[in-house]
Amino acid sequence: MDKLLKLLEQNARFTNEQLAAMTGISEAEVAARLEEYEKQGIIKGYSAILDYEKIDTNHVVALIELKVTPKRDLGFEEIAQTITTYDEVESVYLMSGGYDLAVTVIGSTFKDIALFVSHRLAPLDSVVSTATHFVLSRYKEKGVIMCDEPKDERGVSFL
Amino acid sequence: MIDYNSVLSEKIINVKPSGIRKFFDIASEMEDVISLGVGEPDFKTPWSIRKAGIDTLEKGKTWYSSNSGLMELRVEISKYLERRFRLSYSPSDQIIVTVGGSEAIDICIRSFIEPGDEVIIPEPCFVCYEPIVSLSGGKPVKIPTTAENHFRVTAQELRACVTDKTKLLILPYPNNPTGAVMRREHLQELADILKDTNIMVLSDEIYAELTYNEPHISIAELDGMQERTIVINGFSKAYAMTGWRLGYAAGPAPVIQQMLKIHQYSIMCAPTTSQYAAVTALKNCDEEIKHMVDEYNTRRRLLVDGFNKMGLECFEPEGAFYVFPSIKKTGLTSEEFCEKLLYSERVAVIPGTAFGKSGEGFVRISYSYSLNHLMEALKRIERFLKSI
Repeated sequence: MDKLLKLLEQNARFTNEQLAAMTGISEAEVAARLEEYEKQGIIKGYSAILDYEKIDTNHVVALIELKVTPKRDLGFEEIAQTITTYDEVESVYLMSGGYDLAVTVIGSTFKDIALFVSHRLAPLDSVVSTATHFVLSRYKEKGVIMCDEPKDERGVSFL
Repeated sequence: MIDYNSVLSEKIINVKPSGIRKFFDIASEMEDVISLGVGEPDFKTPWSIRKAGIDTLEKGKTWYSSNSGLMELRVEISKYLERRFRLSYSPSDQIIVTVGGSEAIDICIRSFIEPGDEVIIPEPCFVCYEPIVSLSGGKPVKIPTTAENHFRVTAQELRACVTDKTKLLILPYPNNPTGAVMRREHLQELADILKDTNIMVLSDEIYAELTYNEPHISIAELDGMQERTIVINGFSKAYAMTGWRLGYAAGPAPVIQQMLKIHQYSIMCAPTTSQYAAVTALKNCDEEIKHMVDEYNTRRRLLVDGFNKMGLECFEPEGAFYVFPSIKKTGLTSEEFCEKLLYSERVAVIPGTAFGKSGEGFVRISYSYSLNHLMEALKRIERFLKSI
C-alpha cells in the first residue's frame, strides 16, 4: 500500500508539502497521486474525528444487528443499499456470524433511534429481526484514543 | 559533623553534574509542555520479546546466568553480528553480555585506562565517556566535529590528536546527539592511521540498526581492525528495550577476559529475564526493527524538511533518532534558545552544549514521538522563531 495513503489515514491534514518531505517524492507527484486516488475512489473522503462529549449537542449512537432474508439473485445488496440511503445511518456492514447486517445509527436522543428502528428498519420487507445496542462511551475511534491519552512516562535524558 | 568533601573521592567530586537537569525539572512541572527531549524509543518492546520474558518468569527461571551471559544468548549475538555486520566473534570468549551498552562502555574503558593515558573522544557525543575516562585517571582528548564535515571524525583531526600516550579512540557512530554516521570510506581513513599503532577503538554502535540511507558499517569489519576494536551494542534502541538494561561487548578474547573480571566482581551477570527475552529479539524480530526504522525515517524527513524551511539549518542526520539543527541564526546561545523556547512556547529541547562545547549553536531534537506530536512541536517552534 502506498505510504501516502497510510499517512493520510493517520492524519488527513498533512499538507502536500509535508507528505512530500516524509515520503521523499515531489510535491507535484503527491498532488498527482492524491488526485488519482480521489478519482479512482480509493480515497472516498476526508473527515474530522469529533469527541461529542465535549460538544454541547445531543448525540446518541446505536449499533443495530439486523437479520435479513437475502433475495434471490440480489443477495444482501438490495436491502443494504436501501439502508445506506437513510441519513441517520453512519455505516452498514455485512457480517459473518450470528446476524447479517451491522448498522450504526446516529440520533439526538434514544427515542429518535428507537423510532428509527421500529418505523424505518424493522418494517423493511426482508428484515427478520433487529437488536439495538446503544453506545455508552467511546474510548477509541478510528485509531484515535478518545479518553485521556496515556501519560508519556519516559524521562528526559541525554542518553 | 563530617566534612563529606574531605572523605569523598576527589575524582568523583570533580566530575561535573549535568547542569541542565534542573532546567528539565522545571519543564516537567509546567503544564502543556511538549517534550522533544527523550533519548529512548516511543515504541513498546515488541510483544513476542515481552512474552518471552514473561514465559521464563512463569517457569521460575530466575537464577543468575553465567558471568558472561547465557550461552544461548551469546550464540545468538554471534550469529547476529555475522548476519548484520559481517563480524565474526566466538560466543565462548569474545562476547560478554552487560547491563546495557553503558556498562560495556564502563568496563571497556576501565580495562584499558591507567593514570595519564589519553582517550580521544569526538564531540558532540553521548555524555558518559568523559566522566568514566576521568574516573579511571585517564585524560579525555576531544575532537570537536563540525556540521561542515557532517559531524564525522576526519583523518587529519585524528592524526593531530594522537600522541604516544593515546590508548583508546572512542567512535560513537551512528551518533547521539547529531545523527551523524561514518561510511566505509570515512572509517577506512581512520583505520589506515590506527593500523600501525597500538591504539584501541571502542566502537559504540548502539544505534547501528537505526540508519536511514545505507546500512551501518562497523569499523571492526575493516582489514586489520577487528584485533584492535571492541564493538559495543545492545537491545535498548534497536528493539525498544531500554528498561530491560541489556547490552554487550564483542572484542579480542584477551580484552573480554579482563572486562569480564570487572563485570563479575561488580555486577555478577546481566538480568536473566532480559537475557531470555533478548534471545527472542535476535531470533524473531527483524521485521519489527524494519517497521520501527521506517516510522523513524518518516518522522526524520518531516523534521529535517520542517527545520530547513523555517530557517534552522539542519544537516541530514542519517542515523539514530535525533536531528541537530543549527540555531546560530537566532543569535542566541543553545541554552538561551532552549530556555526561551520552553518559557514562551512550552517546547522542551536539549541544548547542544549538553554534549560538549562543540555543541554550541545547536539543539538536539528527538523524533522518538508520534507524527502528530512532532507536527504540533514544529508549529510552536516556528511561532517562536517569528516572535524573536
